[in-house]
Amino acid sequence: MQTVRSKFKTEPFLFHTFNYLFMLFVVVVTLYPFLNTLAISFNSGIDTTRGGIYVWPREWTLKNYEAVFLSGRVFDAFWVSVARTVIGTVVSVFLTAMLAYTISRKEYIFRKPVTLIFVLTMYFSAGLIPSYFLIKDLNLLNTFLVYILFPGAGAGLISAFNMLVVRTYIRSLPESLIESAKIDGASDFKVFMSIILPLCTPVLATIALFTAVGQWNSWFDTFIFASSRQELSTLQYELMKMLSSTVNSNANPSLSSTAAKDTATMITPLSIRAAITIVASVPILFVYPFLQRHFVAGLQLGSVKE
Amino acid sequence: MTQHTVHKVDLAPQSARRTESFWSRVIRQRQLILMSFPMVLYVLLFAYGPIWGWLMAFQNYKPGFSITDQTWVGFDQFRFLFMDEGFTRVLRNTIAMSFISLILGFVTAIGLALLMNEIKKTGIKRLIQTISYLPHFLSWVIVTGLVSMALSTEGGIINVVLMKLHLIDKPILWLGEGKYFWGIVGLTNVWKEVGWNTIIYLAAIASVDPSLYEAAEVDGAGRFRKIWNVTLPGIRPVIVILLIMNVGWILNGGGFDIQYFLGNGQVLDWSETIDIFVLKYGLRIGNYSLGVAAGIFKTVVSIVLLYCANTIAKRLGEERLI
Repeated sequence: MQTVRSKFKTEPFLFHTFNYLFMLFVVVVTLYPFLNTLAISFNSGIDTTRGGIYVWPREWTLKNYEAVFLSGRVFDAFWVSVARTVIGTVVSVFLTAMLAYTISRKEYIFRKPVTLIFVLTMYFSAGLIPSYFLIKDLNLLNTFLVYILFPGAGAGLISAFNMLVVRTYIRSLPESLIESAKIDGASDFKVFMSIILPLCTPVLATIALFTAVGQWNSWFDTFIFASSRQELSTLQYELMKMLSSTVNSNANPSLSSTAAKDTATMITPLSIRAAITIVASVPILFVYPFLQRHFVAGLQLGSVKE
Repeated sequence: MTQHTVHKVDLAPQSARRTESFWSRVIRQRQLILMSFPMVLYVLLFAYGPIWGWLMAFQNYKPGFSITDQTWVGFDQFRFLFMDEGFTRVLRNTIAMSFISLILGFVTAIGLALLMNEIKKTGIKRLIQTISYLPHFLSWVIVTGLVSMALSTEGGIINVVLMKLHLIDKPILWLGEGKYFWGIVGLTNVWKEVGWNTIIYLAAIASVDPSLYEAAEVDGAGRFRKIWNVTLPGIRPVIVILLIMNVGWILNGGGFDIQYFLGNGQVLDWSETIDIFVLKYGLRIGNYSLGVAAGIFKTVVSIVLLYCANTIAKRLGEERLI
């Protein structure tokens, strides 16, 4: 009896101790690189090169951020990023919701072909070079519009995945709401605008987050389609240009010692990069915890098969 | 007034609707059509339109002439592609990095979800989850930047920790040697997405019938037996469907961005994937035809693999994607 009871007590204790230690490990591994960058961004650049900066700055300074925001390029790129995120998200969420409503209607005669055309895009891509030629032929090279229209990673007007998430959500709403509105003479567009849209707020917040993250984090479309116009450069693209020059120096250490160090301003490429990294990630990191409940539910909806 | 009659038809019984002609239904549903067709046209143009450019793969494309005025070479580009030793290596890298990322990704996400599920304090669990989602929201530009910093030989945390533990004597040039590259790609993918991927597994675990656990407990099953005999079989449909989806992405090589940013001259033989190959031939060398041929190969194989996985799952009576 005694042994049985003690077995029941020690097993959970050992397990939970191990489990919490493991979770602590996960949390540290997840947060450390980010906290390290945060510390470097607030530390004097020259001091950082001495090494030994982990999660707390040694010589506090705001110089790195000053340099970032005083540099016209980064400042302009920041606003281009904001503009594409706001415009791209608003347009895409509205159109995706409208499309999702139409394919949620069982009586809609083109429901299946329309759904299929979009779902296939999740797996099928015509490829980079043909897409480049299309964008070129449409005269969209080096225009802001390409950021909104090009169906790249997480961006584009419609994401098939988001469409399915909203469709599933609309189907979970009581059909009687729509039917009674229709008996009162409301058209499909009216039903969508005055009933579906307000009721879909939680799921729309979810896909807005997904779309905004895709837009904000996108660099490839700038690189391929708009790199020859500096005024269309985005924050991620500016960061990418800095990064590609430093990765090669990591693989080949002799190069990094020759990297420019501006002793007068105490700024190094590494500290500037850290500051831009923080500027480029903080907006999203402030938003996502508040939407957690919604996107967890949204992802689960998206995984439901038709 | 007309609106009213329209909706009377709408609510008519199924039998009455079936006798209705196609065109009268089109007219009645004109609003649904107007609400969806602009987007259909958009996707046909932007996602399917570029298929036209696939013709380039069967030509010896020279810029400056229209696509209809090119010399046709049949399957020569494809033949060249498969004879090329470089492309064989590219293919090997792509498949290897995909498999490493796929397997590591599945095992770690399922494992983490199972362990998270054992945490009973809701507040702590929520906090750990929120933190674990963080890297998913960072862009690849930022993530690869963090990775290259962590792996740096000048005070990078990985080298510092390994030195402190006396596992190595001097810093290792992680990004300068090909043999480490595949592992770095796999672990970077895990770091970014493992927390995010637990969302679906945790939801699946939560939907397992609680009476099954009670029954297992009556039979004297401990914590690990319950996980093995109840939880894992319970979430099998979700695992299968996610595997099918991932099979369709096997030629993505575990992502484009990691190889693009972390690959460099020293590790080229290990880091180059199909996507990088296409980019190199298309935009740097200007051999569009060869780049398009490689792209077509990738798309066609992906669709075939997806179809096969889906069919096999159907045969085995598992959950299907399409």
